[in-house]
Parts: sequence; C-alpha cells; structure tokens
Amino acid sequence: MCSYITETAAIVGSAKGPDGWVNVTSANVYFDHPYHAPLDHALSIDFMSPDSSQRVAVELSAESARALVARILSALETGEAEHA
Amino acid sequence: MSYRGMIAEMVSFKAHNGDTGEAYYARPSGAGPFPGVVLIHHMPGWDDWCMEATRKLAHFGFATIAPHLYFRHGPGTPDDLAAKARTAGGVADDQVVGDVAGCMAFLREQAEANGKVGVIGFCSGGRHTFLAACRLEGVDAAVDCWGGNVVVDDPSQLTPQRPVAPIDLTGKLQAPLLGLFGNDDKNPSPAHVDKLEETLKSLGKSYEFHRYDGAGHGFFAADRPGYRPEQAKDGWQKVISFFHKHLD
Repeated sequence: MCSYITETAAIVGSAKGPDGWVNVTSANVYFDHPYHAPLDHALSIDFMSPDSSQRVAVELSAESARALVARILSALETGEAEHA
Repeated sequence: MSYRGMIAEMVSFKAHNGDTGEAYYARPSGAGPFPGVVLIHHMPGWDDWCMEATRKLAHFGFATIAPHLYFRHGPGTPDDLAAKARTAGGVADDQVVGDVAGCMAFLREQAEANGKVGVIGFCSGGRHTFLAACRLEGVDAAVDCWGGNVVVDDPSQLTPQRPVAPIDLTGKLQAPLLGLFGNDDKNPSPAHVDKLEETLKSLGKSYEFHRYDGAGHGFFAADRPGYRPEQAKDGWQKVISFFHKHLD
C-alpha cells in the first residue's frame, strides 16, 4: 500500500543534483513504492534544498539501505577517530 | 475487440476548485462512440506505468483520462511533484474527488463519448476510486485494484486531508464495483477485504471481488518483483470485461 509515513531529519550539508551543488537542510525518508527502482518497495531519501525547490533523491532496497546505514556509522566511527 | 490505432496526448481539464488540471488522454482512433474511463494513479505519482495502463484501456476501446493529481505542486517532473505532495502529507480526499469529477465531465464533453464513464485506480488510487464511486453522481462502474486504507483499523490514521474511512461511505455507493486483491497483500489484507465485502453484501451493493493466491500488492506492475503474470493477465481480463459490461 502507498504509505503517507515520512520521517524528516534536519541536516547540514550539500548535495549534487542535475544543476550542480545545492545546500540541503532536510532529508525526507520513507519506505514505499519507488518511482524508478525496479522494486516493490524502496527506502527513499529526498535531500531537500532550504526552499524545497530542489531535490536529490535515492531509492534503495531495504537490504542495501540497512547495509548503507551500517557503513555510514562505520565510516563515521573510523573517520572521527582518525581526525580526532 | 481491440483498437490498434489510438491517439494519446496531454490535455487540460477543469479540476477541483476551478483549477486547470493536466492529464494524459488516450482514446481509440475513429469516431466512436467510446465509453470513458478515469484512471487514478498511485501515490508515487503520474508515472510511466500509469501512462501504459491508460493506453491499454484505449487499446480495448475505452477513452481513458489519467489526471495528474499533483499538478498543483508544479512545475516539475512527476517524481519531484510526488515528493512535494508527500511532504505536504498527500492530497486531500476532497481535492481528488473534485479532480475525478472534472475528468468525468471532460470525458462526457468529447465528441467521441458514449456518455458512460467508469473509474479505476491502483493502490491509493484504488482507495480514491472507492471514494469517488461513493461521493460522485454519474459513475457507471468502478474498479478498485488493491486499494489500501479503505478500511481504517486505527482511527488516529484519519487526518484533515483524509477525514473519513471510505468503508463508512459504502451506503452511498451507486456504481457496480469490481475489486481485485492479492491474498499476500498486507494493506488491504484478506481480513480488510473480508470486512469490505461483508459491508457491501449487507448493504445490498452490486460488487464482484476476485482474490488471487500467490500475489501480493501491485501485481500488475511488470517492472517490479511483485509482478505475477498469470494473475495479472486474468485481472486485466476481468477489468476489460467488467467495463464493457457496464459501459458499452
């Protein structure tokens, strides 16, 4: 079923879209039918510009999204230790 | 009977609140008369599959219009507008019903129309179809393909945009209803479908439900793992036969 459940995170950073780099200040996260990925459901993240006029989007399988979360946490842990 | 020649194009229609909506319209070539169908897309938006389904119905003789429910968030690509609509909490039921009414009027205004109009929708569009069939005059046939949240288990899920559980409007349903469901679906689950069927039956409504083993949600979508060719083929045949029965 199409879900209206969306998680939103405030973020600080930049993302590169078709028109180049933009500042992004929020990320909308949801698990629903994707638009493009050949999956029944996908973990989608929309990185949004401050005025929501620009979006950098990804659609990931549940399994790969979970793996990505682990790799992000791992990279943060080792990277922060390296740069401490 | 199938029509190998067709005309498919972008059109404008008078939408809810007098807004000018955009839609994809496909019809068999020729003078007609042809019955009309409004096709309602699922929440991820006005995508390529929605256009293919519109052309498929035209191939089988139905002048079919697929409104872009998120046009008010434009300009932008359909996927970007779907993201904006999602951020806004989805579209309001009143607005969708108004847009469907506008599309029905568009169909009946066309020179090739036979005056009959059906509505079909998939996933959230199935829910919208049920709503439209309960709330609008002049729907001659309705097809709900695995519409979720027609039955609302938790009243806290009701919102200002979606204030009523569609099942509670069943008494107002006037059109014959075809429902297609996968028995492995979680929303609507078989229990949801049971509850809807019991309600339709108790109110003496005209309905025809088909429930498919080995299929889950959205089993018509050939570009997704949930595609089930045998069930989809049978389901499409049910849709075409139902519309011909009630709209020709």
